[in-house]
Amino acid sequence: MKRGDIASKILFLCASFSTLIVFLIIIFLLREGISALNWNFLMGMVWSPHKNLYGIFPTLLGTLVVVAGAIIIATAIGVPCAVFLAEFSPFWLRNMIKSTVEVLVGVPSVVIGFFGLIVIIPFIRNNLGGRGESILAGWIVLAIMSLPHIISLSEDAIRAVPTSYRQASLALGATKWQTVRRAVLPSASSGMRAAIVLGVGRAVGETMAVLMVVGNPETPWIPTGVLDRVRVLTSTIAIEFSYAEWGSPHQYALFAIGVVLFFIVVALNLVATFVIRRRNWNG
Amino acid sequence: MDELTKENIIKAGLCASVVITILILPVIVVWVGSNGIGVISWEFLTGRPYRFELGGIFPQIVGSIYLVSLCSLLGAPLGVASAIYLAEYAPNNVITQTVRFFTETLAGMPSIVIGLFGLEFLVYYLQLKTSLLAGAVSLSFMTLPWTIRASEEAIKMVPRGYRDASLALGATKWQTILKIVLPAASPGIITGILLGMGKAMGETAVVWLTSGSGLEAFVPRSLRSPTGSLTMYIYLLATQGHTSESMSRAFGASLVLLVMFMAVSVSALIVRNYYLRRLGPR
Repeated sequence: MKRGDIASKILFLCASFSTLIVFLIIIFLLREGISALNWNFLMGMVWSPHKNLYGIFPTLLGTLVVVAGAIIIATAIGVPCAVFLAEFSPFWLRNMIKSTVEVLVGVPSVVIGFFGLIVIIPFIRNNLGGRGESILAGWIVLAIMSLPHIISLSEDAIRAVPTSYRQASLALGATKWQTVRRAVLPSASSGMRAAIVLGVGRAVGETMAVLMVVGNPETPWIPTGVLDRVRVLTSTIAIEFSYAEWGSPHQYALFAIGVVLFFIVVALNLVATFVIRRRNWNG
Repeated sequence: MDELTKENIIKAGLCASVVITILILPVIVVWVGSNGIGVISWEFLTGRPYRFELGGIFPQIVGSIYLVSLCSLLGAPLGVASAIYLAEYAPNNVITQTVRFFTETLAGMPSIVIGLFGLEFLVYYLQLKTSLLAGAVSLSFMTLPWTIRASEEAIKMVPRGYRDASLALGATKWQTILKIVLPAASPGIITGILLGMGKAMGETAVVWLTSGSGLEAFVPRSLRSPTGSLTMYIYLLATQGHTSESMSRAFGASLVLLVMFMAVSVSALIVRNYYLRRLGPR
């Protein structure tokens, strides 16, 4: 066999490693979590390890509410930002904003959570009442975390629209904004929808920042207002894994939450990749 | 209202959204900096933590550096190799699409799920215990897809002419990749690895479950020792320490973490800007 052939085989094995990890993840999560996964787990209203009750419905709903609000805020700010970046900004400004956004993607979430804990929570407590730890605080913090993802993915989608579309529209006498609104955005919309779906996936999986501001009541309930404390899936695992006895139903339930998170993320990824035809990474 | 006025109003609105976005980062940096600078002292940087209110963060700083370096040592070669395959060899078929899909899936995997997996698979099943090694390997699972994506993009940006020239001189494909494509793409690859290191440095959930959830008072002595990290220290002090003394220590540690994180990220961006300038405008 030629050296190049051997190299390509070895490289293929390396490239398959990520796939292997994804499979190992689900196998090992299921190994622990499968015994806890059933209808009562998904639809149960009470989560109380003391009473051996493990129902995640209120937690699931809490996650949904926090993520939905955060994504709405992040989209409302992020999409216009992406439009400006892709269509209106001069080169130097675009470079600067993109760099900021890229740094923002990696800002330690524990620092953002700390910011929420020290600044946002007291602000809510003093101005709106309640304990401060709330859905609202979760929205703000999670929107900060999701914003950079939404911006960079939607900007990619907008820039993927061929220049000829813009030229044709401008040549017909349309203004810049008319061009963007009537010619560019409609063609970019499927890519932007995919960006939002992926942003939802990221937000569902965010742990630290949300954990520090949503309150995590001992027994979660169905939230009735934006100042209610809630629990989310990720925070339940993070807070309880250290005192869940290894081999107990409590531990199995926590792994089962991991399985639920896994499938939510895979489902959202499938939607973004196949249902909404995304700009291919193959370029 | 005529079209031009409308256009200006819309532009102003778009600008506002940009201003909000770029202000977030400086606001947080300044907030952490102004609250944290007071705590920073030689003793704080070189001492060991003792309870929540006393001592320093030396084991945490070293722990974070160990975790991040080991993570990229393990993850970077694998990531670059995967990227070479995907960019240069992968045929456009179902297998390649599957590999790509799962790489993307791993990129979107919640860090707490990776942490749970690390806890089950590495800590218990492979019996690595809660340790530096378990933490670094779990972190490399998390950063791997990001390294792959950045390296693949860098490799694809190398102009076709480079490859054609090398092949025309009689070099094999493998020689071309090794001697021409990789050196040309290396700044982009380094950027990707650095951005991955920044992500690993700021990660809390993964290290919490796999490398140590307490206020570790010692610098790890081996790969099997529990390892503290700055992120874990900040989390513990911010949520469980209730005195102003522990809060100010959390600020101090946040400042140190942010400085380390910004150093890594900014050097990543500098390397890339240099790279883009060298390749010329696209």
